[in-house]
Amino acid sequence: MAFRRPFPGGAHPDPQKRTLDAATLRLDPPAAARLLVPMAMHLGAPARPLVAKGARVLVGQPIGAADRPMSAWVHSPVSGTVTAIRRILQSSGAFADAVEIASDGLGEVDPSVRPPDVVDRASFVAAIAASGLVGLGGASFPTHIKLSPPPDKAPDCLVINAAECEPYITSDYRACLEEPDAIADGILQVLRYMDIPRAVIGIEDNKPRAAAALANALKAAAAREADSACRAAAEAAEIRILPTLYPQGAEKMLVHACTGRTIPTGGLPHDVRVMVLNVSTVGFISHYLATGMPLVRRRLTLDGDLAVGPGNYDVPVGLMIADLLALTGGTRGEPEKILMGGPMMGVALDRPDTPVIKANNAILVLSGAVAALPAETACIRCARCVQACPMRLLPTAIDAAARLEDADLLEPTNPLDCIECGCCSYVCPAKRHLVQSIRLGKTILRTAQARKKAEDGRRRAAKEVRP
Amino acid sequence: MNLVLSSSPHLRDNASTPRIMGDVLIALAPALLASALLFGLRPLAVAAVAVAFAVGSEYLFRRLVRRSNTIGDLSAAVTGLLLALNLPPTIPLWIAALGSVVAIVIVKQFFGGIGQNFVNPALAARVVLAISFPVAMTRWDRTPGLLSAFGIGEADVVTGPTLLEQMRQGAQGEVSLLSLFLGLDKGGCIGEISVAALLLGAAWLVFRKVIPLWTPLSYLAVVGLFTLAAGRDPLVHLMSGGLVIGAFFMATDYATVPLTWKGQLLFGLGCGLITSLIRLFGGMARACPSRSCS
Ligand code: SF4
Ligand code: SF4
Repeated sequence: MAFRRPFPGGAHPDPQKRTLDAATLRLDPPAAARLLVPMAMHLGAPARPLVAKGARVLVGQPIGAADRPMSAWVHSPVSGTVTAIRRILQSSGAFADAVEIASDGLGEVDPSVRPPDVVDRASFVAAIAASGLVGLGGASFPTHIKLSPPPDKAPDCLVINAAECEPYITSDYRACLEEPDAIADGILQVLRYMDIPRAVIGIEDNKPRAAAALANALKAAAAREADSACRAAAEAAEIRILPTLYPQGAEKMLVHACTGRTIPTGGLPHDVRVMVLNVSTVGFISHYLATGMPLVRRRLTLDGDLAVGPGNYDVPVGLMIADLLALTGGTRGEPEKILMGGPMMGVALDRPDTPVIKANNAILVLSGAVAALPAETACIRCARCVQACPMRLLPTAIDAAARLEDADLLEPTNPLDCIECGCCSYVCPAKRHLVQSIRLGKTILRTAQARKKAEDGRRRAAKEVRP
Repeated sequence: MNLVLSSSPHLRDNASTPRIMGDVLIALAPALLASALLFGLRPLAVAAVAVAFAVGSEYLFRRLVRRSNTIGDLSAAVTGLLLALNLPPTIPLWIAALGSVVAIVIVKQFFGGIGQNFVNPALAARVVLAISFPVAMTRWDRTPGLLSAFGIGEADVVTGPTLLEQMRQGAQGEVSLLSLFLGLDKGGCIGEISVAALLLGAAWLVFRKVIPLWTPLSYLAVVGLFTLAAGRDPLVHLMSGGLVIGAFFMATDYATVPLTWKGQLLFGLGCGLITSLIRLFGGMARACPSRSCS
């Protein structure tokens, strides 16, 4: 096979996808289980709680309003009673409200849940906004915002992310196998209402079954399609098989591999007239348009060496991870680390009493043997981190400048370009915590830049006063 | 439940500093072995002393200044062995020991230890020794090797000129390329004697992805072109083991080689240029590139 590097650098972590053949099982919380539904499960402003303690809520009922420009609606995942509105510490470090609901185990659906009236782009985007949809691949960007690019940057290509390059995670893969028709239909709906002439589905070459399932479903959907422009777009939709190389699924790498276009520094896909949606996200769009059931459940992979019941599960948002583990047989011994997301970019949780959120594609329960990080030693300047960085940065140089807390040294190393993919730390033989230090570097640089901007502003103001 | 919190990524490759340094030791072994076959047990003794003193002085120094013990990363052992390979086989053992202490304590640890030094410690120590002990450092006796019983190599001690001296005296015509490649019929320091053994080690480093190829290739290319332009046989020049040590084991030292491939390429070009100039015009008794780089 002719192997062409799709992007500079990258790494080959062991895929460990042992849940590839684990069909998705639906899990429902036991009666009286408490769910905690955070109001901030997306990038942007938290939603405003709409219910008070003691209120009875039904499945799909709105409980958090997105009344600020960049936000997302939140709905109740179960029927039951609101037992508290709590302030919780997010893994981002900020506090946000969360609605605690005691499930009654009945799963009574709210009467407001019915298929939305969608006739044109405006009603489509409004419906998606009302569904509370955010990017399901992990980035949690509110989807209706993605569907509203600036008018001069209307996308001419839809890129569907089915790369799923993180180790362990198979939830998108299972979605491709289990509901390819929903995914194909979702793609067509986006092409139709957003008026995009072309779609490319990016998938790694280690998932041939998923690629074949999607190809068949797309063909069938195109044959059913009445609208000629939309049919042409669906027929022309391309499945792009990409080499298995981490981080192929990162937005910049994926867009480049699928379209040849390079998203500029600090830019978004729409800057190169591309719209990127995850496979599970488009699958949800199809279900939602058909049923009107907002985003209250999601598919996730449970794995890790200590998980007794590794597999793929369809769970309500807000389910406590402790309950998820209990429902799947518990853990084999005391976990040392619980990760939300994959091992390369996931977040380590401080306690199992943490709810599943919308963008949560995996929960990994790891023992010390797997999760313990080796001790840091001195950098030997071997340049492996440089070779591995897909953004062509010099991670060791950023690391050195960040540890000196020197903004002037940091600036030319461009830490803000770092996508935190983790390749540099992964390959470092000295086991340096490069990503951690680069994050610190970003904060130092941003703070320094903000201070400088404020000072410049003051100086300018002072000049204007003193003509 | 006591959960460990740490920043992503939560997974690490199995590459490690001791593994890299271990690979370098493995890569240097054939050259040492070839030296023993051709020069006898003496090179092994020099290597043993140099490695022992390098590791010992790193251990003692780090203890003395109360810093973490780093001999486990094997970099001190690499420095000792690399130094030994750059010494004449007849070097008094105490000079080898002194060289190791200079390399580790002054060049490496005074600057903060592994990764902080700005030149290759073995290389710097080699220069210090050459200045301090000019006579001992330029004796190129060919002592009987382990293969002498089979009629290969010398049966008695012969004071052999090095390849470069031979070239300068215009006598190199009588020596076949093959015997140069294998390491017969020339004098030289312990490690440079057999180009075949060195290339075997270099291939190991490349195979294990320890060193980038940009530097050695551009280095050798420049030297080849220069000697060709000067009307000499580039192959004979490339057959001097010193050049191969310089290109694959010295110029690729992480302490000095640039981080990006463009930098690595340029660095090799620069090393090649300096080596060529010294070889073609320099008055040094012999210009082992590993020295001219420093
Ligand atoms: S990979 Fe690690 S040891 Fe190598 S240069 Fe980068 S930070 Fe230094
Ligand atoms: S510096 Fe950032 S972008 Fe580059 S490898 Fe490290 S984490 Fe990835």
